[in-house]
Amino acid sequence: MKIGIPRALLYHYYGPLWEAFFRALDCEVVLSAPTTKATVERGSRRSIDEACLSSKIYMGHAEELLDRCDALFVPRMADEREGIMCSKFEALYDLTENTFRDRRPALVDFEIDRRAKKGERKAFVSLGKKLGKGRLASNLAYFSALRAFEEDRSRRAAALEDSLNADKFKFLVLAHPYVIFDDYVGRPLVELIRAQGAEPVFGCDADFASCLQASYRLTESLPWSFSRALCGAAVLYANRVDGIVLVSAFPCGPDSLVNEILIRRVRNRPILQLTLDAQDGTAGAETRLESFADIIRMRREAGHER
Amino acid sequence: MPHKVSFPQFGDYWIPFEHLVTRGLEAEYVVPPPMTKRTLELGGKYSPDTACAPFKYTLGSLIEALEAGADLLVETGGACRLGYYGELQEQILRDLGYSFEFVNLAGANYSKPLTLLPFLKKINPHYSLPRFAMAGLAAAKMVDGMDAVDDFVRKNIGFEREAGAFEAARADFFRELRAAADRKEVSAALSRCLERMKKIPTDKPERPYRIGVVGEYYTIMDPFSNHNLEWELAKKGMVIERWMNLSGNRLEPAKKVREKIRRYTKYNMGVTCMSTIDCALTCAKKGYDGIIHVKSFGCTPENDAIPVLQNISRDYKIPVLYLSFDLQTGEEGLSTRLEAFYDMVVMRKRAWS
Repeated sequence: MKIGIPRALLYHYYGPLWEAFFRALDCEVVLSAPTTKATVERGSRRSIDEACLSSKIYMGHAEELLDRCDALFVPRMADEREGIMCSKFEALYDLTENTFRDRRPALVDFEIDRRAKKGERKAFVSLGKKLGKGRLASNLAYFSALRAFEEDRSRRAAALEDSLNADKFKFLVLAHPYVIFDDYVGRPLVELIRAQGAEPVFGCDADFASCLQASYRLTESLPWSFSRALCGAAVLYANRVDGIVLVSAFPCGPDSLVNEILIRRVRNRPILQLTLDAQDGTAGAETRLESFADIIRMRREAGHER
Repeated sequence: MPHKVSFPQFGDYWIPFEHLVTRGLEAEYVVPPPMTKRTLELGGKYSPDTACAPFKYTLGSLIEALEAGADLLVETGGACRLGYYGELQEQILRDLGYSFEFVNLAGANYSKPLTLLPFLKKINPHYSLPRFAMAGLAAAKMVDGMDAVDDFVRKNIGFEREAGAFEAARADFFRELRAAADRKEVSAALSRCLERMKKIPTDKPERPYRIGVVGEYYTIMDPFSNHNLEWELAKKGMVIERWMNLSGNRLEPAKKVREKIRRYTKYNMGVTCMSTIDCALTCAKKGYDGIIHVKSFGCTPENDAIPVLQNISRDYKIPVLYLSFDLQTGEEGLSTRLEAFYDMVVMRKRAWS
């Protein structure tokens, strides 16, 4: 059985978990191609104007896969550890289904909603059942996938530590993984940071649990788990970088408030806020990033102790 | 000295809030000034650009409450971005240099009223629980009453023979509510108002145009935020039906809703999506002449409900007008769109009959 996974949204975080699970159950995984301008345009045509850029990109990827797989994997995820998800992830399954209703899409899904006692393992086992696999096989597949996922997380955490120790000036990049690791919108900015001679430090790669714990020093009532982890990364790493770059997709609900809290409460480092939309792509952001890098370089050369 | 308490403007619901604070907690209530263009300017100026409009309105309203002398502000929690309004608004106001105490109800759970108690203590450390409970009952009755009266007005104001009759009855009712001492007086005022409104002479056709209004919690309930679109449409001679209100007593329980809309959604899509979809489907099935979807710009849950509404619209051939409000929403642009929607509804009906 061929399972299609859109290379968008939470694939950029849970990808290793999902792929390993399907492969352990002998399913073939078909990924959509990395995002291009065409993906964004395709997704925009299938979305309302006001949907966020990342949601539009997701629809572009989903449409690409509809004819290329037996079933498209679209999870519903309401929460994650200590907080909720952006409601986009609660709605994603039904949003995709309603968006492509004319194409009669075959979807496979699972539901994670810890508040409703629907945890991750349960979700994966029920997914395994939908694929015609037994309980034992599904459980085993889940645990081996979890190992693959944890390996990926620790590899990333180690890479983050290396970045923090790099002998260059460093930017802490605070962005959702599906924004900053997207090939069309985020990657060019990462390349640009490197081209400026700076080292990008990805907040979303940091250890999730330590970030959540640290985040309470910055914010008390923040409801979204992933945003909370990014705030925690700011607490843990701001002192070890030269500047902070916030990158958001327009119009991101959580970021609209969380970025403002970061700007108001993280006072010891310069912060640049970049917002990317479907019309302009990264053009305006690139210019601003270049001048931000210039300023920080000059501050360093002028002997500022960060 | 008792605290001078305030809460952002939200439709006319300041009346029960005032009752809760003055009678229930024996503190003073500073009614924030009615929202004006200035409220928007203040809110817009100090809010992050991409925050939703209700964030900006409520921030502007909190600033005006502080200017009016409030020294303790209350902000609510909620299931969407609303859950983070309080903490950020407090930070913005502190950065502006205001000094005040802040009670952020994001930490409370309204379905478990006991979780509210520590917050009440902050407003008045010596409050009496029985007294608060009594005021709570009266305030709840006020909310029910206001919702019932507004529902009646929306359905009838378009047909009154004497212009202003419903508005006057409603205004008198609200004045009486403000003076009411307890639940009994609230009930009496409500009965009087409903009696009076039933007697107001109307020319209602046998089958009037019926429009359902669905959408996002704050913008749909705050006439200032939605430019009073319900009355504007109603006064063209239409019945306006809206299920969403503060008491929530016109919405069906979540479980039943999920069952009813199963054809369109498998899961709960979050926040107000389910009731938006359910109410829209009800309009479609009951043969309403149109639906208006109201929300603030960038409201993620309501945005995600739109593809479902589009499918309902296709399946039942019912027109939907999608309105997205922000601080730039202009009176003329909105009026033009409502006008066009009205014309379309009228022409459709003529073509069918």
